[in-house]
Amino acid sequence: MTDSKYFTTTKKGEIFELKAELNSDKKEKKKEAVKKVIASMTVGKDVSALFPDVVNCMQTDNLELKKLVYLYLMNYAKSQPDMAIMAVNTFVKDCEDPNPLIRALAVRTMGCIRVDKITEYLCEPLRKCLKDEDPYVRKTAAVCVAKLHDINAQLVEDQGFLDTLKDLISDSNPMVVANAVAALSEIAESHPSSNLLDLNPQSINKLLTALNECTEWGQIFILDCLANYTPKDDREAQSICERVTPRLSHANSAVVLSAVKVLMKFMEMLSKDLDYYGTLLKKLAPPLVTLLSAEPELQYVALRNINLIVQKRPEILKHEMKVFFVKYNDPIYVKLEKLDIMIRLASQANIAQVLAELKEYATEVDVDFVRKAVRAIGRCAIKVEQSAERCVSTLLDLIQTKVNYVVQEAIVVIKDIFRKYPNKYESVIATLCENLDSLDEPEARAAMIWIVGEYAERIDNADELLESFLEGFHDESTQVQLQLLTAIVKLFLKKPTETQELVQQVLSLATQDSDNPDLRDRGYIYWRLLSTDPVAAKEVVLAEKPLISEETDLIEPTLLDELICYIGTLASVYHKPPSAFVEGGRGVVHKSLPPRTASNESVESPETAPAGAPSNEQPDVIPTQGDLLGDLLNLDLGPPVSGPPLATSSVQMGAVDLLGGGLDSLIGGPNFVAPPAAAVPANLGAPMGSGLSDLFDLTSGVGTLSGSYVAPKAVWLPAMKAKGLEISGTFTRQVGSISMDLQLTNKALQVMTDFAIQFNRNSFGLAPAAPLQVHAPLSPNQSVEISLPLNTVGSVMKMEPLNNLQVAVKNNIDVFYFSTLYPLHILFVEDGKMDRQMFLATWKDIPNENEAQFQIRDCPLNAEAVSSRLQSSNIFTVAKRNVEGQDMLYQSLKLTNGIWVLAELRIQPGNPNFTLSLKCRAPEVSQHVYQAYETILKN
Amino acid sequence: MIHSLFLINSSGDIFLEKHWKSVVSRSVCDYFFEAQERATEAENVPPVIPTPHHYLLSVYRHKIFFVAVIQTEVPPLFVIEFLHRVVDTFQDYFGVCSEPVIKDNVVVVYEVLEEMLDNGFPLATESNILKELIKPPTILRTVVNTITGSTNVGDQLPTGQLSVVPWRRTGVKYTNNEAYFDVVEEIDAIIDKSGSTITAEIQGVIDACVKLTGMPDLTLSFMNPRLLDDVSFHPCVRFKRWESERILSFIPPDGNFRLLSYHVSAQNLVAIPVYVKHNISFRDSTSLGRFEITVGPKQTMGKTIEGVIVTSQMPKGVLNMSLSPSQGTHTFDPVTKMLSWDVGKINPQKLPSLKGTVSLQAGASRPDENPTINLQFKIQQLAISGLKVNRLDMYGEKYKPFKGIKYMTKAGKFQVRT
Repeated sequence: MTDSKYFTTTKKGEIFELKAELNSDKKEKKKEAVKKVIASMTVGKDVSALFPDVVNCMQTDNLELKKLVYLYLMNYAKSQPDMAIMAVNTFVKDCEDPNPLIRALAVRTMGCIRVDKITEYLCEPLRKCLKDEDPYVRKTAAVCVAKLHDINAQLVEDQGFLDTLKDLISDSNPMVVANAVAALSEIAESHPSSNLLDLNPQSINKLLTALNECTEWGQIFILDCLANYTPKDDREAQSICERVTPRLSHANSAVVLSAVKVLMKFMEMLSKDLDYYGTLLKKLAPPLVTLLSAEPELQYVALRNINLIVQKRPEILKHEMKVFFVKYNDPIYVKLEKLDIMIRLASQANIAQVLAELKEYATEVDVDFVRKAVRAIGRCAIKVEQSAERCVSTLLDLIQTKVNYVVQEAIVVIKDIFRKYPNKYESVIATLCENLDSLDEPEARAAMIWIVGEYAERIDNADELLESFLEGFHDESTQVQLQLLTAIVKLFLKKPTETQELVQQVLSLATQDSDNPDLRDRGYIYWRLLSTDPVAAKEVVLAEKPLISEETDLIEPTLLDELICYIGTLASVYHKPPSAFVEGGRGVVHKSLPPRTASNESVESPETAPAGAPSNEQPDVIPTQGDLLGDLLNLDLGPPVSGPPLATSSVQMGAVDLLGGGLDSLIGGPNFVAPPAAAVPANLGAPMGSGLSDLFDLTSGVGTLSGSYVAPKAVWLPAMKAKGLEISGTFTRQVGSISMDLQLTNKALQVMTDFAIQFNRNSFGLAPAAPLQVHAPLSPNQSVEISLPLNTVGSVMKMEPLNNLQVAVKNNIDVFYFSTLYPLHILFVEDGKMDRQMFLATWKDIPNENEAQFQIRDCPLNAEAVSSRLQSSNIFTVAKRNVEGQDMLYQSLKLTNGIWVLAELRIQPGNPNFTLSLKCRAPEVSQHVYQAYETILKN
Repeated sequence: MIHSLFLINSSGDIFLEKHWKSVVSRSVCDYFFEAQERATEAENVPPVIPTPHHYLLSVYRHKIFFVAVIQTEVPPLFVIEFLHRVVDTFQDYFGVCSEPVIKDNVVVVYEVLEEMLDNGFPLATESNILKELIKPPTILRTVVNTITGSTNVGDQLPTGQLSVVPWRRTGVKYTNNEAYFDVVEEIDAIIDKSGSTITAEIQGVIDACVKLTGMPDLTLSFMNPRLLDDVSFHPCVRFKRWESERILSFIPPDGNFRLLSYHVSAQNLVAIPVYVKHNISFRDSTSLGRFEITVGPKQTMGKTIEGVIVTSQMPKGVLNMSLSPSQGTHTFDPVTKMLSWDVGKINPQKLPSLKGTVSLQAGASRPDENPTINLQFKIQQLAISGLKVNRLDMYGEKYKPFKGIKYMTKAGKFQVRT
């Protein structure tokens, strides 16, 4: 008596037989026939031919039969739209049925029938059902609005269903509220611009009340909706957090993770001094740990999210290292994720335990996992300096096992350890050399060759070792070939006498016998360097290498902040913002964490960059040179040029090649950031693209200067770095508009044309408001002054230092890159005067740890003069007081992106040193505001 | 939300599909099959698989893949939790969840799935509500249905669905009123070579079987509630009361349910009830190795350890093992290299041991990896964390129920490295 009988077929032809049964007079037979049809449907058989016969069975009081027919209709109505109309009458009638179950069923099924003609008939019944007295019907109808919207959005808007849906958020029944929220969220996702879920303290309160009473699934919808709200202050944030925390004890892991998202986001607004902040941190750990005892699929998603949480707030799980220890029968995808988190949590306190575990894992069966474990040991060494020695000895132990892939992986990571701690562990080289023969993977071979080349002076038989690799040069992969070339050149520079023959051999192999352009180019560079200036060659090839740091595998902070807003979603599983992978067409709103009220704790890097040039130690903020070039080159360079596109692209190719491919690996490591164009030999890359015609409009640029202080022009791009083009410039702000005043000087021997300029993304979205306009071709030794208007609507990326601006300038010769720092006062807007009351309230509101104090020394001005001079640069004095003989100036200013900075300037008559206290919700800017004060007051 | 569901058996056949929105072609599963091929074992298929237009989220249970198709950004845990709920529901309805059973009940399965989701939004997932909507098949009901022509679809709105206690239906009646609670603790532990504990934690649950008439309101209190600092509750538990008084107060669902699950991780609280002494060596020179393990009780609070099963995955180089146990039975599968020893009870006076030799592939080098020993065991009438129920009270109804509480400790993922 099972349903499998419905699958049996007879010889006559199934469809034929079913048709007969469906038209039978006997109720029972009909029902059995419909069941057979449904059974065929579940396995993907096409039974659409039976449509009219099945629809005929719809008129019945038998609920099961009705449901079955409805199931069929949902699947096939689309293929038979005309027939589907036959069903409409029954639906409309059912929507009036006294039984709420039938009313709900009818409206639900109607919504699933994706046929345009039917939707017209749906509107009236749906409107009634949305106001039905029975909550079961209302909640079903709420979802139906979302269905209808998916089929015909315009119809839903015209009929005013969206407003009715919004009203349901205030429904008395929590289930209805939850479904209304779910429906609205789904609609809002496809229309990000529509302000459907307009959240305010009242509606938030309703949601929080419903949260306690609705089903687990409803709770997820509500929590996800809450996460989109930005509380007005920390008090509100705290009260929401308090009401959300009980959800952390829910048995449904999706509820837990959505609650974690809300808390992680709102926590951002809480001051760290608050007792509540500490309590909340403590409360977050247990539920996260509990997620790890769930089914492996849930663990996987949880681990991907924990990875983000650990990067954002390592303190939450710092004592929970052990729960991430790998069990040997965990699925591989769980093992790999756990390993990643173990490294993130590794610290001096627990490193011994971690290493013991990692060593254990390195003897497991699964090759991928073992490799990652070995790699993890290397990452620990780089992350926890005190453990480096122990890590190295662990790796040596592993090399002793002689397991092929373990040895290879170990050598790759030891290379990285050398890059981090030069001249410390070279004693192990001998052991490494013993395993030379067993290396068969390109990455391991390349690593070993790099080590031999780098420490050639300490390895007696370095030449023999490298020579042995040279025999099969052409069979090696490119990675190994490049490394071998560099290593032999290094060897030659260190031991020139014995290795001349070897270097000649490798150079000729690379330049004459290879058809790989990268290899050839690098070979030629070396050849030329060695033949023209061996001293310079030594400086370039044996240049000191920047140290690598552990930060390279961290997620970039702005991305991390965005991802924190997406905890629990697919974005958090892929560690990419939804805009990167959600199906096109639908614009995705970028989410961001609420502005911080806590002190500056997003320390990106221990060192701060020296002003002006991108620093090497900041891989996480400044994109590697290769990326940067790619980035700048991908931008549209001004108006379209009519010249041959081929020429332009080859210029770009050249630049990318030299910087990205060549120099990067030329000096060695994987994380190396090439210094700006300085290292490019000036005679390489022949001028190209001179055929480009000038399409730029010619207008005059420079105006007279008044308004805020303008620094004298400084040289930004020296001629020697830019094939004869010298650029100097400064920034100005007059009557609300920012401009960049440039002086372009041609110090080359040929005429320059076709200028264009482009900025990289920067902290305040500075971008050229108009193309760079140069009157006429710039003859040799001629210079031109241009004022380039700027706006602040460009794309934003946090830079380090904050006011760093990376610029690309193109002319007919090449594209050049430089970076400069702009003074912050060009961003002070004219309406930056705050009302007194407001000032007082805001000053109190900003937590004390956001206050920064500075000394302005040797300023001869008195309070009056200071005030008026600052005013001309849009720093406004809100109030002035005299306290105990000191003048206190209270000042406010506003940045173009809406950030307010409040200042208290204390001036003691007769004392040329002023004290400046700054308060701002974004404390990162304080330092730069102080610098702006300095420049304005002292010039 | 959830677009479609495909059920796939281990040989890669799609044996059921259900669509809640428009129909998604089953060719989308090709991406799943690719991933399945890449993963060597079924357990290793990644739970989230991207395809050009959809995402496939899957769970693997009872040798069946439950693959959900989604198109927009949906919380993956939401989907995975839901899939697990589907499996639980099938199990609840049919006793077991397997391909033949699902095929035998395909219409009920289809009806249930339709009730669980509407347009991809969960509709009714509580089993007592579902069972009122779609009655589970029983032999008696099938017979009655065929005779009387009645159906297994309820035609009344389930009573619990919209009440403040959606988990309980009204009008429950029993002649024998009883409430039983099982405190079950599982120890997850990793023990290293030398026998010291690397990690140990307890996953505990309190499962209840409550058959009480009317609307009883229960409170359950513990002797030592401080143990429970990391808990997940059934929605019926009043959280405020727990926060303030550390008392579980709730109106229970009818029948079987999980009242709470908890987690004890502080190392000093976790007693390790057994130890394993092992001496396993694979020698280089000969193609023979030695193998010896002994199991004994450690911290058992005076209780007997029973149902002990030792399993271990031997390295690939092991050809066969000739072993003799002092008690119980053992098997070694030369294909999967899985050693399994069913020990039974541990008698502290005469510790069970398994000794013998291992024959290795001749000529091959010594296996690199050390086998990990997996342990299963049970201890009756003991909650290893020390958790004890103080009392159970019932309010709101007049009768006197039978009450019972049982304790049990089991091994969860209990692993000993060698």
